[in-house]
Amino acid sequence: MPGTPRTLFEKVWQRHEVAAESASTPAVLYIDLHLIHEVTSPQAFALLRERGLPVRRPELTLATMDHSTPTRTEQIFGGAPIAIESAARQIRELEMNCAQFGVELLGLQSEQRGIVHVIGPDLGITQPGKTIVCGDSHTSTHGAVGALAFGIGTTEVAHVLATQCLLQRKPRTLAVEVQGSLHGGVTAKDLILAIIGRLGVGGGTGHVIEYRGSTVRGLDMDERMTVCNMSIEAGARAGMIAPDETTFAYLGGRPRAPHGAEWERAVSEWRELPGDPGARFDRELCLDASAIEPMITWGTNPGMVVPVTGSIPRAGSDAVLARALDYMGLEGGAPIKDQPVNVVFLGSCTNARISDLRSAAGVLRGRHIARGLTMLVVPGSQQIKRQAEAEGLDRVFRDAGAEWRESGCSMCLGMNGDTVARGEYAVSTSNRNFEGRQGAGARTLLASPLTAAASAVRGRVTDPRELI
Amino acid sequence: MPPFTSLSSRTVVLPATNIDTDQIIPARFLTTTTREGLGAHLFADWRYDERGAPRPDFVLNRPASAGCRILVAGRNFGCGSSREHAPWALLDYGFRAVVSTGIADIFRNNSLKNGLLPVIVEEPTSEWLLAHPGAELTLDLATATLALPDGTRVPFPIEAFAQHCLLNGIDELGYLLARTPEIEAFERRA
Repeated sequence: MPGTPRTLFEKVWQRHEVAAESASTPAVLYIDLHLIHEVTSPQAFALLRERGLPVRRPELTLATMDHSTPTRTEQIFGGAPIAIESAARQIRELEMNCAQFGVELLGLQSEQRGIVHVIGPDLGITQPGKTIVCGDSHTSTHGAVGALAFGIGTTEVAHVLATQCLLQRKPRTLAVEVQGSLHGGVTAKDLILAIIGRLGVGGGTGHVIEYRGSTVRGLDMDERMTVCNMSIEAGARAGMIAPDETTFAYLGGRPRAPHGAEWERAVSEWRELPGDPGARFDRELCLDASAIEPMITWGTNPGMVVPVTGSIPRAGSDAVLARALDYMGLEGGAPIKDQPVNVVFLGSCTNARISDLRSAAGVLRGRHIARGLTMLVVPGSQQIKRQAEAEGLDRVFRDAGAEWRESGCSMCLGMNGDTVARGEYAVSTSNRNFEGRQGAGARTLLASPLTAAASAVRGRVTDPRELI
Repeated sequence: MPPFTSLSSRTVVLPATNIDTDQIIPARFLTTTTREGLGAHLFADWRYDERGAPRPDFVLNRPASAGCRILVAGRNFGCGSSREHAPWALLDYGFRAVVSTGIADIFRNNSLKNGLLPVIVEEPTSEWLLAHPGAELTLDLATATLALPDGTRVPFPIEAFAQHCLLNGIDELGYLLARTPEIEAFERRA
């Protein structure tokens, strides 16, 4: 059928329009997969109770616990009480809500529990062409397989629970085209930090990003997830990558992916999803991958980023930069390299998948973290934890002096008691370096697992290319 | 949701750009299972020092800010996390509107669903507002205009549907539930 060439986003959007938007009403968009967790769901279930409503499609809803959940083994498996009573209450409330409303829960001791954005792809329930939402802004992660996935608020969580739909205005599209090869020691994390540095933290507002180009095609699925994960740090609610053979090879055989004839049918449908030749985007940004170096943030939002070989910007008359430098206790004009570090956090929905753990372990193998430094390694899911243990990665981390924990969001947002102390510097593989993000007064430098591991060894911000 | 028709108030000004939801309400206050009481923790780390004492230099701690219901902030307000606790905290504290040159998508959606009016203005209006803390403004939702103290009326954008819902205190869930026949038809097609 001849027609206007459509982008990947437009194809997925159109397939899910229960009603198209009009001048006076938003679109009604059908949601294929609703992921929920303990922190942003209790008030949504309360709303259903107030109205006497059931969950419309419990089988399209999957719950887990990750945000305020402990990472200490004894609190999960050892019978020790969860240290934060209010967090324990949230966990109990999610258990009760799921039981009452018939929603499947991958609970505290489930072998499939983990960070909500890690387990979706892990289980193969995150699939191309789906609409996926969750009360968490890093839902953009799932776009790596060619899904339209975005974060929603708790009222919208209630809307999806009750109706399996959302009222949405159609966003604009932004193509981020990356060509060329990433140099050794330069990772997907460095790529997305460089993109955010170019777009700025509000540059993607109102848009869905599609990452394209030879560099993106060459990324494996874990790397694609790292890129899509941080779309929201440029203000874009969703990031997407067209599904291809890499996607299908990743999903094939996963427990909740289609199997047999269903699989063949699914793949042939997924092959239709990539944007048509000539499809137009509202905006485009082009980057040369070969110009990207390992990146690290110096300030208080993810757009305040420099190459690890670079210098911290001078504030001059810029009050925003001056405030960020003051909070971070850093001096404009100084190199970021060799800045002392107190804590290294390897974890989060950005960088806690198996390949992230392997690459950090590659740096740490046969080495020890610096004296006085604390390093926390928190796998993205319990399944990834078991896989890492089967590969002996846990021994590498422990022998290097790092702590090896149960999975969860942990120190990325410090809700569960895993925090960075006031005034201390943390090199983190997570996604946000906002003031107080990892604990009141904590100072966060975002970087790749390679840079984090290298910085752990030296106790200072380190260019990972010096150690690999 | 209470209807929002018009609002006259003095402003509180936070000139910082990119004020993220972790500043509006730090994550450690999210281990709650209700919507109430979050105003006590609004801007907690800017409002209180490490011993929990109010920082006298923070704008919300100044006597002139008491009773102000309009918050004027720098560009890209509400970026970061999807936590609806951010508009809940602003509302619980007493704010009913946020004015900026840019408001992050998820925060804006969450605000509209709770009766907190997101008002996006052009740079010149924003500059004037940032330079005149405490200015008495009137926000009129039916005409989607912001009236400055000299009577100048500045229009602001708002989708017709959100405007209708806010003016009448209608929540969107009722609207969605009324679309059940179309949702069922979609499910049969899929």
